[in-house]
Amino acid sequence: MDIEYAVEMRNITKEFPGIIANDDITLQLKKGEIHALLGENGAGKSTLMSVLFGLYKPEKGQILMNGKEVNIKDPNDANALGIGMVHQHFKLVECFTVLDNIILGTEPVKNGFLNKKDARSKILELSDRYSLKVDPDAIIDNISVGMQQRTEILKMLYRENEVLIFDEPTAVLTPQEIDELMGIMKNLSKEGKSILFISHKLNEIMAVADRCTVLRKGKCIGTVDVANTTKEELSRMMVGRDVEFVVQKKDPDIGDTVLKVEHLCVADRHKGLKAVNDVSFEVRKGEIVCIAGIDGNGQSELAYGLSGLEKTTGGKIFLNGRDITHESIRERSIGGLSHIPEDRHKHGLVLDYPLDYNMVLQRYFEKEFTGKNGFLKKKNIQKYASRLIEEYDVRTGQGTETITRSMSGGNQQKAIIAREVDRDPSLLLAVQPTRGLDVGAIESIHKRIVELRDSGKAVLLISLEMDEVMSLSDRILVMYEGQLVGELDPKKTTPEELGLYMSGAKNNLKEGA
Amino acid sequence: MEKTKRSLLKNQGFQSFIASIICILLGLLIGYIVLLFINAEGATQAILVIIKNFFKYPSAGAAMKYFGSTLVKASPLLLCSLSVLFAYKAGLFNIGAAGQYCFGAGICLYCALSLRLPWFVCMVFAMLGGALLGIISGFLKSFCNVNEVISGIMLNWISLYTVNTLLAPVKEETSHYTLNIYNVNTDAMLPKLGLDKLFTNNQYVTLALPLSVIVAIVIWIILEKTKLGFELRATGLNKNAARYCGMAERTNTILTLAISGALAAMGASLFYLTGYEQWSVTSSSVPAMGFNGIAAAFLGGLSPIGAIFSSFFIQHITEGGAYVDKTKYCSQISDLISSIIIYLCGFVLFMKTFMNNMIRKSELKKGGNE
Repeated sequence: MDIEYAVEMRNITKEFPGIIANDDITLQLKKGEIHALLGENGAGKSTLMSVLFGLYKPEKGQILMNGKEVNIKDPNDANALGIGMVHQHFKLVECFTVLDNIILGTEPVKNGFLNKKDARSKILELSDRYSLKVDPDAIIDNISVGMQQRTEILKMLYRENEVLIFDEPTAVLTPQEIDELMGIMKNLSKEGKSILFISHKLNEIMAVADRCTVLRKGKCIGTVDVANTTKEELSRMMVGRDVEFVVQKKDPDIGDTVLKVEHLCVADRHKGLKAVNDVSFEVRKGEIVCIAGIDGNGQSELAYGLSGLEKTTGGKIFLNGRDITHESIRERSIGGLSHIPEDRHKHGLVLDYPLDYNMVLQRYFEKEFTGKNGFLKKKNIQKYASRLIEEYDVRTGQGTETITRSMSGGNQQKAIIAREVDRDPSLLLAVQPTRGLDVGAIESIHKRIVELRDSGKAVLLISLEMDEVMSLSDRILVMYEGQLVGELDPKKTTPEELGLYMSGAKNNLKEGA
Repeated sequence: MEKTKRSLLKNQGFQSFIASIICILLGLLIGYIVLLFINAEGATQAILVIIKNFFKYPSAGAAMKYFGSTLVKASPLLLCSLSVLFAYKAGLFNIGAAGQYCFGAGICLYCALSLRLPWFVCMVFAMLGGALLGIISGFLKSFCNVNEVISGIMLNWISLYTVNTLLAPVKEETSHYTLNIYNVNTDAMLPKLGLDKLFTNNQYVTLALPLSVIVAIVIWIILEKTKLGFELRATGLNKNAARYCGMAERTNTILTLAISGALAAMGASLFYLTGYEQWSVTSSSVPAMGFNGIAAAFLGGLSPIGAIFSSFFIQHITEGGAYVDKTKYCSQISDLISSIIIYLCGFVLFMKTFMNNMIRKSELKKGGNE
């Protein structure tokens, strides 16, 4: 009998103190298929993959490859069995060439010397066969993210891996690059490779996968044939209830200009170039303006420049008509700027403080929380924090005294949102407010942002998530290599068009570009 | 039952306490082993002498008197450890406490012996001097990005030789020690408040003792209850978040080191204004008090209240070390043993992490078996 499955994980159970990360999960990967693994953050996808790579030893269950039981003790065993993985964040040496990165770890050696000649011809042959275009002599630092990913894929092929795992591979790509990747994956499966595709993006799963296994809270909800299912059904399986994909919002009621940015420049800390180069735009009352772009095109630096975390090197910023270009962070904050920072652990929270202290981080110096004698009014702080916890549905272990570090990422983020929104700002600067959160938390945060807009505040959203950009914004500004290259109306544009702007192929703001 | 035990083990304060005790025991054990290697015969007796310190005197009166002497030196140590931990809470490592202590000693003695000022004026000037050194470090850190450890070490040497020069005119003609305050300016001596009577007429027990404890409590209140403490601790725990919410990072750095410096210098005046010891103008190193303050701060679990006890303990074994039989061991043995113990005291944080890992592992194991 022909063996049907390349990899079979049978009844895997893995427990951690207080939580069952994988509860009796069975995953069967057919030879030559593209199998999607779908689930929210914390559903157990990573744990399951760690079990497959020998990083965790499961309490129960067995792993079979080609019908034979195998014992995988560490990632080396997994490699030897032909299992390879493309990680979400590439594991490449940035100052090495593509060729060097591919052979890294399995360097061909002749008499103690590297023999790159054979490796090169093998790589060119592979790249030809699977139509994975790369330049073997290019330095990783200088090539596009898409080509870096192709390098990672070639690395697996070079090692003759038969089972290929893609961990959220589209997070860093433009829509065009995503299409290209989908084509590559189909090609690979045609050539007989078995592919496991980890994702929480339903559109991509619908487009490329043959079958899909859904995990929720550590349990296997089921495996379905993608051809016989719908996006709605998959999302219901993933979340356990119906999810609204479209953010409900009424037409914007636009008022006066709140934020005005003129020819702003911010230097790049590392490279000495201009990370933000001559950027001008406005945000008005009652609208959500979204800065879209691929990671690393100056969005972070723009946020630093606006919030005051980084000095601007040119241009002017006006908030409610007042020039704040040279004001301190505190002055801007009191002047009506709220800021949901990109990195909640680095900037947003003092993780070892109790939650109530974090809730007043932007207001602790106000009369309500500090007396004239310099003493903190702990009771008022607790009262205020309790109210926010209740109103914004922040789940905690010990209420206001919970050490913030012990809370889940979603609840930490909700605490920041509560703190920043409740200050009644005239402008909310939200940088990737839903990064790394699950669908439920994203829904609630989007709702808060829309509420703020409807109450007549201005919102500047900086996001890398295409879906978020399309559904939340009233106006889209696209940033590419430190400059604004496009202004789009989300109702009149498509993700494909947006992608062209994001990759710098189109520009409707500057002539001659 | 099981649950209360676990939560007790996870309590921060309790963990610090246990970790400190374990470090002390380890230090004593290693000290004992070293003694065994040098001279096995007298080792047991020697280590007992170190632990006993003043208890070795059979009469209660004598024991009380020497208990007083230990306390006299524990007060400046407490101030030094407060200086270190205050800066540490704000994310700064004030190794310059040694120099600030030294500078404080120089200024208070100069004010007392040369300018003939009363004790509190001497103390205030000393504190201003210590604060000045702190401000220099803080300024360099804030505006020139010079690490406070580097500038602190440099300032330690600068203060030592400045003080040697400053005090040269007020030294005794026949020795290299400064004049005795008792003979020159009794106004500059710290008031005794009758405490000397309590310790069998130990004339060196003064206001310094209660004052140092009060300062410890004040520091605790500042750190835990005030806006300043809120900002300093936030800066120490997450510098980036402090910046993000608009705390004045540079001002706070300078202010913290200024207060820290003033504390160390105050410690010096609490010691030298008792007349217990004179300054040697040929000193070639800063007094160890500031460095021991680092050990006392860590042994006390970085809590001002814990520092009260750890400072006393460290002074206790240092004094005890002086009583070790010098016919069996060379004269540096007391320093050696007490430094081993103090050295181990620095491992409190490491021990805490280690304990936490053990608790986690045992829970993990239990979780897996159930």
